[in-house]
Amino acid sequence: MADTVNKTLDPQVDRRGFLKGCTMAAAALGLSDAMIPKLVEAAATAERPRVIWLHFQECTGCTETLLRGSHPDLARLILDIISLDYHETVMAAAGHQAEHNLMETVEKHPFILVVEGAIPRKDGGIYCKIAGKTAMDILAEVAPKASAIISIGTCASFGGVQAASPNPTGAAGVQDYPELVGGTPIINIPGCPPNPISFLGTILHYLTFKRLPALDSMNRPLFAYGRKIHDQCERRAHFNEGRFVEQYGDEAHKLGYCLYKVGCKGPETFANCPAVRFNDVSVWPVSVGHGCAGCTEPNFWDTMTPFYERLPNVNIPVAGIVAGADSVGKKVLGVTAAAVGIHAAVGIGKRLVKGKNDDD
Amino acid sequence: MAQRITIDPITRIEGHLRIDVEVDGGEITKAWSSGQMYRGLENILKGRDPRDAWLFTQRICGVCTTVHALASVRAVENALGLEIPLNAQLIRNMVQAIHCLHDHIVHFYALSALDWVDVVSALDADPVATAKLADSLSDWPGNSPKRFAAVKDKLKALVASGQLGPFANAYWGHSAMKLPPEANLMAVSHYLEALDYQRKATQALGIIGGKNPHIQNLGVGGVTTNLNPDNETAVTMERLYYIKQLISEVKEFVNMVYVTDVVAVGALYAEWLPYGAGVTNYLAAPDMFTDAAGTKADLPGGTVFDGDLGTMKPISSLNDSYFKENVEESIARTWYDGDWSKHPWESSTEPKYTDFEDEGRYSWIKAPRFQGKPMQVGPLAQMVVGYAQGHKLTVKSVNAVLDRISAVAGVKVGPEILHSTIGRHAARAVRAGMMADLCLDHWELLVNNIGSGDLEIFNPPTFPQGEQRGVGVHEAPRGILSHWIVIQDGKIKNYQCVVPSTWNAGPRDAAGQPGPYEASLMGNPIADPERPLEVLRTIHSFDPCIACAVHMLDPEGKEVVKVKAL
Repeated sequence: MADTVNKTLDPQVDRRGFLKGCTMAAAALGLSDAMIPKLVEAAATAERPRVIWLHFQECTGCTETLLRGSHPDLARLILDIISLDYHETVMAAAGHQAEHNLMETVEKHPFILVVEGAIPRKDGGIYCKIAGKTAMDILAEVAPKASAIISIGTCASFGGVQAASPNPTGAAGVQDYPELVGGTPIINIPGCPPNPISFLGTILHYLTFKRLPALDSMNRPLFAYGRKIHDQCERRAHFNEGRFVEQYGDEAHKLGYCLYKVGCKGPETFANCPAVRFNDVSVWPVSVGHGCAGCTEPNFWDTMTPFYERLPNVNIPVAGIVAGADSVGKKVLGVTAAAVGIHAAVGIGKRLVKGKNDDD
Repeated sequence: MAQRITIDPITRIEGHLRIDVEVDGGEITKAWSSGQMYRGLENILKGRDPRDAWLFTQRICGVCTTVHALASVRAVENALGLEIPLNAQLIRNMVQAIHCLHDHIVHFYALSALDWVDVVSALDADPVATAKLADSLSDWPGNSPKRFAAVKDKLKALVASGQLGPFANAYWGHSAMKLPPEANLMAVSHYLEALDYQRKATQALGIIGGKNPHIQNLGVGGVTTNLNPDNETAVTMERLYYIKQLISEVKEFVNMVYVTDVVAVGALYAEWLPYGAGVTNYLAAPDMFTDAAGTKADLPGGTVFDGDLGTMKPISSLNDSYFKENVEESIARTWYDGDWSKHPWESSTEPKYTDFEDEGRYSWIKAPRFQGKPMQVGPLAQMVVGYAQGHKLTVKSVNAVLDRISAVAGVKVGPEILHSTIGRHAARAVRAGMMADLCLDHWELLVNNIGSGDLEIFNPPTFPQGEQRGVGVHEAPRGILSHWIVIQDGKIKNYQCVVPSTWNAGPRDAAGQPGPYEASLMGNPIADPERPLEVLRTIHSFDPCIACAVHMLDPEGKEVVKVKAL
């Protein structure tokens, strides 16, 4: 269907086919019929697609990650690809001039909404206010009119660091406010912050195919969150052979052995970090000798901590049998390849994230 | 009659800030700075493993990424009396220096240049004349007529599209915009180039930190960045020379473009030099330590009061009692329960929101005080303190920039012009140049140490029973940062952050003394109350970071020394 949708979204084709295509695209996107006129307008004009970017309870790390993106880089993104109509960190206007820009786009144009940061619910939401309105008020005003919502980062996706126990402000992610969002489709791009590649890839996919990429059960794009870190890790062979770092800076650490015993959360974390890496310099946390913190998973600040303690119930295949980490020596050398290919049997520990316990 | 202006949100900053001013006779006569977001991170840390704290606190801010990580590991190490290996110290220094390069460049171009540069006016510029102007200021090879013509075409296309995006409805054509079209076009071109050079800095940081924003190579006890020249998973000489090349390129940009543009703005907006001094008490932390113990700093720390260089008192180590014993935070005018002033180790936090009250409570940001006085922190504070100490690199770098401003303005200016809105920009540019030099110096120290056979990066922490107290001090891009921790039986009992933007953006205290943002706005001209560009100029010169500024602390009803309100 994708090809039909793409062809019929081309404004050059006849009007009837065009409208039909928009209807199909709306269905593919899970949009209500009321959204079709907006989609028609967006597709029929040569305008750069408009993007509104809202900041709530956040650290701006997700915006900063865009400064690191290289393809497209930020200048190309905002000058050639999208029209970034509202973004507090970047926009020249401030105060009521800025708010005017926001309402202009919300009321008059179709737009994609990007949300960075969590939304506090406690005490009527007074813990985050912009232009005199709470984050909840702003979300209710903007989100239902958006074509789609991209929740960038773990905060907008799942609540993030401010939602960690005891969650003093009642912070939650966008998808936790269905009553404010009003049926607009939501894509989560978690990570703290996420790799810009995952965000930009989603934007480019959406703009090109006019539909969302395939998502997992937590609304994360499969192209970026489809596999476990553990299954893509360059140190996986060391895990399989039972070669572990026992302490940062020890001989095993100097040799690049597996970081599971010093707290790596790769066995329970779904993300593309080992595959796409960061900053265009082929790095990710494990490549600088630190374990994965599990930052793309919901509630990782509670479920993956203490960060320097190992995950429970992860068994290690060694010499053809499955053994606990404690019974495996630091350097089990000369083990046959028999162990390779047997995937780690990841038990359902108390910290294990629901629905994510199946190995791919 | 006084007119009230509320600017909310203040954009091109990190976080949610509201500024209110009263304008009378074209001048600001009253000002309020209000943080509009609260997350409670310090409460979230209670009861957790102290080794985890740096990962949490780094998320205080993604613009100031790295800084809360560094301050946090130092706080725990200070509490435990744990020294880190020299390699770890040097790697942390490089993290600090590289992040600073990125941060200062982004601040000047992406976050503040549009207060001084009229993007629309650049459409009237002649690219050849622009190149001539640029060549008169710097030998930067990017300043060619072709480049400027291409940027002008790009701008034209943007305007013709009718979709100005982030440049819509701003302050173009404002009477306070004074640059000629050619200077504006040059600046817009550099605005775009800056995006490329800040990225180079983040690449260098990525090589050490595994990723950024939010590096992941620290630990209480050192760093995890493996230094093994003979292992493919470690930082080898190829990686180290990659960093050196990237930093050398960024250094060129800083010296030939960034510093030059600040000099040009300073000289062409000379009428702005009298504005924005505000609080002239300055506080800076020592940093970039060349020894494992943290006693020999390449960046000078200390205090200066009332802008008088003769009052300079140094802060010289990570454990200096002059700093540790003199910090308090007041919550009298904040949305926290109580009206005390307390030392950070004694603090607690209970939010109590009242809405915005001019004469009462109006901010989530606390009001830190040093010996009861408000202090300005940031690159300017560090330059003033270093200049007062006769710190060689500072004196040389500051004088070089003052000479360049004098040459372009055609008037001799001295260090007194630094106490101003423009002075804060100049000091930040000077600091960027210094940090580029220091980064390469510390790269050399690291390589030499590796060459001597020392590959140590980590001293494992152990947590004894009982209570330990520590402070982690760090000179971040926005100024002195301190994390204060109390550990009980290996768990966090109390954690408080006293952050640069808390010092600068904080509200009045119990004695009614305004914070530095508020004080610096007094007397600023306002040409058009509907478009209060001048407020943005002064506020942006501090490089606000409101996510950083708001967290929580509680003081106890101690008397604050009354001093003359500035």
